[in-house]
Amino acid sequence: MARKLLLTHIDVPGIEGFEVYRQQGGYRAVEKAVKTMTPDDVVEEVKKSGLRGRGGAGFPTGMKWSFLAKPEGVARYLVCNADESEPGTFKDRYLMTKIPHALIEGMIVSSYALGANTSYIYVRGEMMPQIRILEKAIAEAKAAGFLGKNILGKGYDLEIYVQPGGGAYICGEETALLESLEGKRGNPRIKPPFPAVAGLYGCPTVVNNVESIAATVPIINDGGEEYAKIGIERSTGTKLISASGNLVKPGVYEIELGLPVEEFIYSDEYCGGIANGKRLKAVVAGGSSVPILPANLVFKTANGENRLMTYESLADGGFQTGTMMGSGGFIAYDEDQCIVRNTWNFTRFYHHESCGQCSPCREGTGWMEKVLHNIESGKGSMEEIDLLWDIQRKIEGNTICPLGDAAAWPVAAAIRHFRDEFEWHITHPEEAQKRNFGLAHYAEPRQPVV
Amino acid sequence: MIVTFSADMLAQFAEIVARYPEKRQKSALLPILHIVQAEYGWLSVDAMDKVAAYLAIQPIEVYEVATFYTMYFLEPKGKYVLEICRTGPCCLVGAERIIKHVENRLGVKEGEVTEDGLFSWRGVECMAACGFGPVLQIGPDYTFYENLTEDGVDQLLEQLKEKAQQI
Ligand SMILES: Cc1cc2nc3c(=O)[nH]c(=O)nc-3n(C[C@H](O)[C@H](O)[C@H](O)COP(=O)(O)O)c2cc1C
Ligand code: SF4
Ligand code: FES
Repeated sequence: MARKLLLTHIDVPGIEGFEVYRQQGGYRAVEKAVKTMTPDDVVEEVKKSGLRGRGGAGFPTGMKWSFLAKPEGVARYLVCNADESEPGTFKDRYLMTKIPHALIEGMIVSSYALGANTSYIYVRGEMMPQIRILEKAIAEAKAAGFLGKNILGKGYDLEIYVQPGGGAYICGEETALLESLEGKRGNPRIKPPFPAVAGLYGCPTVVNNVESIAATVPIINDGGEEYAKIGIERSTGTKLISASGNLVKPGVYEIELGLPVEEFIYSDEYCGGIANGKRLKAVVAGGSSVPILPANLVFKTANGENRLMTYESLADGGFQTGTMMGSGGFIAYDEDQCIVRNTWNFTRFYHHESCGQCSPCREGTGWMEKVLHNIESGKGSMEEIDLLWDIQRKIEGNTICPLGDAAAWPVAAAIRHFRDEFEWHITHPEEAQKRNFGLAHYAEPRQPVV
Repeated sequence: MIVTFSADMLAQFAEIVARYPEKRQKSALLPILHIVQAEYGWLSVDAMDKVAAYLAIQPIEVYEVATFYTMYFLEPKGKYVLEICRTGPCCLVGAERIIKHVENRLGVKEGEVTEDGLFSWRGVECMAACGFGPVLQIGPDYTFYENLTEDGVDQLLEQLKEKAQQI
């Protein structure tokens, strides 16, 4: 199960530089693609691999590529989404810091497949150090003839530029990202038209996550069919998981899709268990936007099957008893953590980050934040729990972009699985206030851990 | 604050504008604002107007952007702005304690400047380092500090004070 494709050489000294990366077999995928394959061949391999977008939505990458419109004489763009701002997610920053050439190589292969001659990597502005790292890697690749004019003498031209954002979670949404890249506020666009038809500067554009783009390198090196053999069913390949919260060894792990969640949390190869010998209370498996799961639904699905790290298994049971793979931001909560406070914190985040275009999102997130703060500080009433439920339901599905849903789902899941903890805050106003700032033993932990 | 862009800055601007197709120079707005802020510490109206003139766009187009994104400062800040992550995952490992500690040590509220003009602090949202929390960053280079403790914060503040004296 310990198959690695992206982080294979992570511990090799100097792997962040071109020389060592090349010695370890780097840029073979560019050579193979540009010298021996047509762009359509590359798209075909990515389709065969079954790779699904690693940015959160899990949309098949090869299929997305095949939707790209190709009108005569119009430029096409590949834009890499390195905005990484979803709370709980830190794999892209890690990859770009440690092995920047893995992204640059993937950018070249992917741009070639799409027929793009200019590609941009949109990096969140706070990642200035990573921007410098990527710019250096680009210069190195260019000096070695893998970028620029007439790559490897095969007549293909490509320039890659790094673009900083300005600090806004919403710019991770692909159309907001494109607006931002055009020098505007990050307001998501109404779709259709989709970026594949009218994206950057109104031209056909593909937006892909850092990890999706990096994954094209092993796919081209080994072939799509080989890649598809890794993993389970429609969850092929490996996935970078960002593990945070109350774990013995938080960090970024590359897993083969299909790893049991229990093994991921407790095995020494991965997170090494819950910190300080505490019990697990809950898990957010795919970044702050996905529903939280109480411990009793983390290791087993409602049907009693082992819960696996796959798109399908994590979603098993729908939102009633399941969650989503999302971006792979895996947050573990120990028995001392307060779910109400965490939900308030996330809601505050979404309110802060709402672009403000749609009233359900702009007003609803602010309203939920206030109500949650009330309840958390012991000033709430039982009716307010129902009110919260009502607000989140009215946001979901009624907005231009999925940020509205992303704000609604965590609230719904917290009430669904931890209603007693919300009620506890209301029935114990004094204790709730006293412990307002600290981390306290509130409700009973959901379930002794297996 | 009235500003004049140096030849070096103008050269950087030109290099950025060349990254985009013709007539798409507005794409350079966010990167150029970062350069301007790194130089002057914040974005004055005059600085924004001059960026607008440079890019041949309306001043309002610059204000819109500068007010939308959280990284741009529209008023002067301390020399070192400590930006501490306040989002969920970091709170699980003590970010709220660190924020309180910074506030106590600096003796100023969020967004305010210490009397010596050296420090400001503010809470920011998830900085994509949740597994290494609590974390803080300091612009304009966005130097990153991970796995923060109260002692670590104290040491950092001392280091920054010394650094400020050397300059
Ligand atoms: C509010 C919001 C924030 C998002 N943030 C990110 C992000 O930081 N990084 C990312 O790759 N995708 C993010 N996405 C998903 C993108 O819109 C898009 O689906 C993704 O970049 C496509 O790449 P993929 O197909 O390779 O996953 C976000 C979506 C939404 C609605
Ligand atoms: S859902 Fe929220 S973030 Fe998305 S477009 Fe509407 S207001 Fe903006
Ligand atoms: S929550 Fe602090 S870095 Fe992600």
